[in-house]
Amino acid sequence: MQQLWLIPTFPLLGFLINGIFGRRLPKQAVNAVAIGSVLLSFVWVLKTLSGLWPIDQPHIERYFTWFESGELSIGFDLAVDRLTAVMLMVVTGVGSLIHVYSIGYMSHEGGYYRFFAYLNLFMFFMLILVLGANFLLLFVGWEGVGLCSFLLIGFYFVKKSATDAGNKAFIVNRIGDFGFSLAMFLVFVTFGSLDFDKVLPQVAGYADTGTITLICLLLMVGAAGKSAQIPLYVWLPDAMEGPTPVSALIHAATMVTAGVYMVARAAPLYQASPAAMEVVAVVGLLTAVMAATIGITQYDIKKVFAYSTVSQLGYMFVAVGVGAYSAGIWHLMTHAFFKAVLFLGAGSVIHALSGEQDMRQMGGLRKKIPITFYSILFASLAIAGFPFTAGYFSKDEILLAAHHHAPWMYWVATITAGMTAFYVFRALFMTFFGKYRGKEHPHESPLVMTAPVGILALLSLFGGFLNVPQWLSPMFPLDGGAHDLTLVAISVAFGLAGIGLAYYMYVLRPELPGQIATSLGGLYTLVYNKYFVDEMYDAAVVKPLISGSRQVLWKGADVGLIDGIVNGVGTVARSVGGVLKLLQSGNIRSYATWVVMGSIIVLVAMGVAGGGK
Amino acid sequence: MSFLGWITLAPLFGFFLILFLPRNNPALIRQVTLLLSLVIFAGSLGLLSGTQPDTNVPWIPDFNINFHLSIDGLSIWLVLLSTLLTPIAVLISWKYIDHRVKEYHALLFLLEFGVIGVFVAMDLFLFYVFWEVSLVPMYLLVGIWGHERRIYAAVKFFLYTMAASVLMLVAIVYVYLQAGTFSYPEILRMIGSSQLVFSPTAQFWLFLAFFVAFAVKVPLFPLHTWLPDAHVEAPTAGSVMLASVMLKLGTYGIVRFCLPMFPGAARECADWIVALAIIGIIYGALVALVQPNMKKLVAYSSVSHLGFVVLGIFSFTQYGMDGAVYQMLNHGISTGALFILVGCLYERRHSLEIKDYGGVGTVAPWLSIVFVVTTLASVGLPTLNNFVGEFMVLVGAAKVSLTWAALASLGVILSVCYMLWLYQRTFTGETPEEVRKHVYDLTPREWAALLPLVILMVWMGISAQTFLPRITASTSPILKQTTVNVPFQVQDATPASQEVADAR
Repeated sequence: MQQLWLIPTFPLLGFLINGIFGRRLPKQAVNAVAIGSVLLSFVWVLKTLSGLWPIDQPHIERYFTWFESGELSIGFDLAVDRLTAVMLMVVTGVGSLIHVYSIGYMSHEGGYYRFFAYLNLFMFFMLILVLGANFLLLFVGWEGVGLCSFLLIGFYFVKKSATDAGNKAFIVNRIGDFGFSLAMFLVFVTFGSLDFDKVLPQVAGYADTGTITLICLLLMVGAAGKSAQIPLYVWLPDAMEGPTPVSALIHAATMVTAGVYMVARAAPLYQASPAAMEVVAVVGLLTAVMAATIGITQYDIKKVFAYSTVSQLGYMFVAVGVGAYSAGIWHLMTHAFFKAVLFLGAGSVIHALSGEQDMRQMGGLRKKIPITFYSILFASLAIAGFPFTAGYFSKDEILLAAHHHAPWMYWVATITAGMTAFYVFRALFMTFFGKYRGKEHPHESPLVMTAPVGILALLSLFGGFLNVPQWLSPMFPLDGGAHDLTLVAISVAFGLAGIGLAYYMYVLRPELPGQIATSLGGLYTLVYNKYFVDEMYDAAVVKPLISGSRQVLWKGADVGLIDGIVNGVGTVARSVGGVLKLLQSGNIRSYATWVVMGSIIVLVAMGVAGGGK
Repeated sequence: MSFLGWITLAPLFGFFLILFLPRNNPALIRQVTLLLSLVIFAGSLGLLSGTQPDTNVPWIPDFNINFHLSIDGLSIWLVLLSTLLTPIAVLISWKYIDHRVKEYHALLFLLEFGVIGVFVAMDLFLFYVFWEVSLVPMYLLVGIWGHERRIYAAVKFFLYTMAASVLMLVAIVYVYLQAGTFSYPEILRMIGSSQLVFSPTAQFWLFLAFFVAFAVKVPLFPLHTWLPDAHVEAPTAGSVMLASVMLKLGTYGIVRFCLPMFPGAARECADWIVALAIIGIIYGALVALVQPNMKKLVAYSSVSHLGFVVLGIFSFTQYGMDGAVYQMLNHGISTGALFILVGCLYERRHSLEIKDYGGVGTVAPWLSIVFVVTTLASVGLPTLNNFVGEFMVLVGAAKVSLTWAALASLGVILSVCYMLWLYQRTFTGETPEEVRKHVYDLTPREWAALLPLVILMVWMGISAQTFLPRITASTSPILKQTTVNVPFQVQDATPASQEVADAR
């Protein structure tokens, strides 16, 4: 026993302490509890992993039966294998750093203890998600992180836009979870269990591909909700209403990657259904392209990175969809590094400018906040796939696997990589180059914020040397395809071209973007407004649902039809019934007394009759 | 008379005791009621120890009617739910009820007596008597201490349930004439040994007579329209008892009586009933979505939640059935808490209209937190109680038909929509002046009422095995009974592998 349960329990305790007593605790105590619990968890992860080294076999610990009925038996069981080990390191490692950063970022905010309580609760659920040894426990974490996401997006709960975004996130995720739940039901009905170690080994011998495909597609619905893929990505950009550390931790580094983790976890199922894998890959690719185009046009720095996240998650789904699970997880890890830097750096910029998020009000900040600048620069190089940065390794692994699967996917993904480099550097140049266009006086963030960002920036540069596919090869065999240098060179060239174009358009010829936007006209408007998807959903689903429920179901069917019949019957009965006349006289009190007396007489009579014989 | 008998009669004793207390001392009445109801609750916990012997004494020997009470895993938790909620009902009425205090508290005891009796009666006639006894106090609670349209709501409630239960009385008499006894275990034995066989037609009509009586109480779509009115007009405690306990009389009755006595008809009608249940789940949720009145919203959500219970029962699977029974308890806990919270808001702001609120979280953070937890329980967040029940019900439904499960799961999505929207409009945003002036945080008395329920939400969500084994022990024989004299083959459930259980 490695006492795996302690890993999620530390943050849970942190949540309980800060949640219940936090209001009365001084800030230092809240910090100590919040960060201490996550660090303890991180340390316990290290201890566990070294204790289990080299983790060739999954290590399962069974604690207690959660619920059991008939042949349905769900255990509270945790497990660690190599995949979970990667996730544990990312979640607790990046999580710890972001917790530290939050001390600085949130120092002037109200509800300080509440923020950290939610953050710890998130860690708890995220760790349950990656440790769970059955689908249902994974689902517990899955729903739990969704809850924390909801709470943290709506953290500034006086702002309607924030609570709207929180609700949207929860509801859209619930739509995804609808798919996930159905998949679980089907898994249970088909395989008689929800435990990974019982279900997954059975898959290979199971003949009915139709059922497997259905399970995989339903799981993908869940993954699309959580990991913001088409058609359920709409909540993630709005989720930027939350405080920036939340965007970094939950909506970039960890939670949103849960869908990728889940698909990798269910890999044996997907392997048995090529059709489902194709769907995953195509959805991922479409999402990557679509989000990248939107990212090009946005001016809110966090929105740019949000669409970038959607796009990068698309990459990960391409990876797992073409069977390169380890490449997907590798990109998940490197993305956690560089996207965390981008968000935390953006947070640092916003912090420096006292809340300004519009890049048109920034510019020239390179000299004023240099540490932030260099951190964002490193992360931008990584996401652009600049050679030997973290993103370069993982992205190329994906691109090569895509090429191996279908060359057209490689080309689409490579063009998207070029766009990615363009929009990230567009953001970088608009923020840090040229003349300062804002009014606030920018100031560099304190060490408590810059240090975590710095560490993550270094990981963005060098994290690619952590060879995840090698580590995961016992679970996901390397397919041994040759490292085609031409393909790598092409994708690097696209990345560099993107950077170059951004430099040309936003540093050398800053008047150009406006002209291009004008000349594109309708197309630009379409992309700038995110293809009007939100508006379409609103018109096609939300509005009809609400007005239909109100006019047709409630006022029509319920009050009009059903109650109309009932009251009609009632009126007839009333005119006939003598007893009811008493009620019509309005003398309810005398009637009530009468009924009470009547009941008593009946009861007494019952007692007498019962006792008498 | 066994221990069970004394526990059942204790609230009746309370009823008489209150009647003898002086009218002009409401404080004394409240204190006595609270104390005694707590004592009854503590005593009822004793029912958990060992096997409880039946109480079986002759009552009206001329008709062979016995005062026969029995408790098993199906009824024990429902009885405990009733005895737990009665003191809570007293607590939340402390300030709310300021006139006719004596009658009010006497009626609470009478209500407790009636519902416990329904859950433990093993004689069909006795069952019917308890069924009606529980109806009267609720009618009066709504009719006397309700809001403006209380008379309309009370009469509607009364007519609905009365009309339906008369049918049941007819059916009971018919069964008596066929079987020659009101004793339920005896009737079941006769059915099991084919001494008593109803023709398919007779079975169908008998089933229908019982089922409609129960379905009105549940309430099953489209027999539900009394519920929103009754809830809106009822005082807080009335709503709590109505939602948490009285609705369960219906679902309990279906499981206890409809399935074992008329298995053929039950299975034959299952598709139709499931269809109504699923319509109720979706319909209730959609109508809840657009309610401007908080209590109505919660009332319609009950229609949706109880649809799950019916769905689980008529999946005829072990987990579906257990999930349904568990869901009865869960709904009692979480919806009870919701009505209490809405009642807390009403006591402060004197409005049930959602639009009169906003930003309550700023002025009453703990009230807001408890509301969030209750909301999350109600929408089925894992680790809280409703999730376990809903999950088992849906697995049961999926075992029969994935389409059923898919349609019912839509209700799970919609529940998030209406509850979060309610939360957002009530607790978040800017705080209007009226709210700022009147709304204060939870008082110790309100905490005392809510905390046990919140603890139960977590407990039942995580440690479901505290409750489920007893439920399974009672539902599996019932499930087996539905295979008697039925042209259906039902496979036996294989228990989970032993080594896994040992490993834990």
